[in-house]
Amino acid sequence: MLSANMVELAYLLAAVLIIFALKGLASPETARRGNAFGMLGLGIAALVTLQMDAVQNYTWIVAAIAVGGLFGGVVARKVPMTHMPQTVAFMHSLVGLAAVMIAVSAFLDPVAYGIANVEGGLYMASRVELFLGTFIGAITFTASLIAFGKLHGLLSGKPLVFAGQHQLNLLLGLTMLAAGIMFCVTGEMLPFMMMLVIAMVLGVTLIVPIGGADMPVIVSMLNSYSGWAAAGIGFTLGNNMLIIAGALVGSSGAILSYIMCKAMNRSLFNVLLGGFGGDAATASAAGAVGQRPVHSGAAEDAAFLIKNARSVIIVPGYGLAVARAQHVLKELVETLLAMDVQVKFAIHPVAGRMPGHMNVLLAEADVPYDIVFEMDEINPEFSDTDVVLVIGANDVTNPASKTDPSSPIYGMPILDVSKAEHVVVIKRSLAAGYAGLDNDLFYMDKTMMLFDDAKKACESMLQALD
Amino acid sequence: MSLNAITADAVSTVASHGTSAVDPVVFSFTVFVLAIIVGYHVVWNVTPALHTPLMSVTNAISSIVIVGALLAAGPLEMNLATVLGLIAVGLASVNIFGGFMVTQRMLAMFKKRK
Repeated sequence: MLSANMVELAYLLAAVLIIFALKGLASPETARRGNAFGMLGLGIAALVTLQMDAVQNYTWIVAAIAVGGLFGGVVARKVPMTHMPQTVAFMHSLVGLAAVMIAVSAFLDPVAYGIANVEGGLYMASRVELFLGTFIGAITFTASLIAFGKLHGLLSGKPLVFAGQHQLNLLLGLTMLAAGIMFCVTGEMLPFMMMLVIAMVLGVTLIVPIGGADMPVIVSMLNSYSGWAAAGIGFTLGNNMLIIAGALVGSSGAILSYIMCKAMNRSLFNVLLGGFGGDAATASAAGAVGQRPVHSGAAEDAAFLIKNARSVIIVPGYGLAVARAQHVLKELVETLLAMDVQVKFAIHPVAGRMPGHMNVLLAEADVPYDIVFEMDEINPEFSDTDVVLVIGANDVTNPASKTDPSSPIYGMPILDVSKAEHVVVIKRSLAAGYAGLDNDLFYMDKTMMLFDDAKKACESMLQALD
Repeated sequence: MSLNAITADAVSTVASHGTSAVDPVVFSFTVFVLAIIVGYHVVWNVTPALHTPLMSVTNAISSIVIVGALLAAGPLEMNLATVLGLIAVGLASVNIFGGFMVTQRMLAMFKKRK
């Protein structure tokens, strides 16, 4: 068994490796090495803990790791990339649940953690830490389960709104706080369990009013919560490595939530209040749809345009992935590149169902990452571009966000598609997007609408090119 | 308010030198705040193209709670506390293996133009 100092130093090494794992993600070239650092860090942390005198129950522990690891490994190999958002949400819920179980276990047997006073009861400070760790873990657990259900289509993506909802949440929150404080004072089981159960209910009631379109923010936020839950457990156990790892994950999720909110021009508070993407917006926009003239064309016309262009920018949206058109699109891109047409992809931060989702979907289709650009990088280039191909994207190209102060998406950063010479929009119909809005881009003189399924449209264009 | 053993020890050691003792919670809090600042800077440097792998890898990293789970599962005597610990070990393992492997799978897809 290593001395206490050696254990601390090993934990320090693990914490440093974890920081390097995140640092590696600064570029795709260093990311794989970073991931290896992360594995090493977690491995060291687990091994050092396993060799402690307090850990004796090896048979069962190895069995638990084997079962869990096997399940995790199978999921990691099998899960389709389009299902990443719900997979991540599911994993967040596991972290939350694990944190809750550890907290309950620590409550039941504080001596095993060395957080008991001479009478075998919990220290006051430990009670506060246990309270924080438990309720954050419990909220993370149930909220992530609901997010998983919504993203996986098990639950309706529509926001569930009812009268007195916010008052109910406030009441639940205050009751939970009261139970928590009572536990901190008395250290008794009843208030602890009450606090735990109410926190789980709160996790559900907080997430149900939030619509499917806002899920990228919620998944990022729960990512953050799972980190704070880990840090909370770290405080309970007085373990710095847990605190460091938890704080890193917590700030990571917080930054991602901020980026997503900014990309949608919404405040986090506004997202959390929920109710966005309901029927009201759709109804008001529906009247205008279909009454304005559009230029529509065939796949052959679009193929002619892009074949004769010098530069083409492709704007993919989630509709591309829904139609499973990534692979045929990649072939189209290869053909164009072979014909000396410059091709680039432009990605809006909310293009997929979670941060960076569209980049992964394109990478999966073998689109090289060095022709894929972020919004801020590529926006200045649209005015010098001959043809923009919009596939399955809508709101993120809507010029109304810049020109119409009455639009609900006014102020949202968009891709400056309308500045290009020609625009081809592949879309099944003129139906409104997630925000339930009509898109002025579709009615511009320079815009050609190609009404078809994204995959079929790409296939037809590819044929016309050959 | 009672202090824990380490603090009590620190109190006696430090008291003899005439300074007041620092609660270990304060040390933990120091580490916590510094780690948040490190996280803030490191994560802003992550390229937006890798934000999905960032989420899956942070998922694996937050499963560091396995350390707590192992301590909970540690005692040989089986009771509710150890059983809960064992379940937590299993749950955290799902995330550690699943999180790192799915991240690896995604990162392997990112290739440069030939």
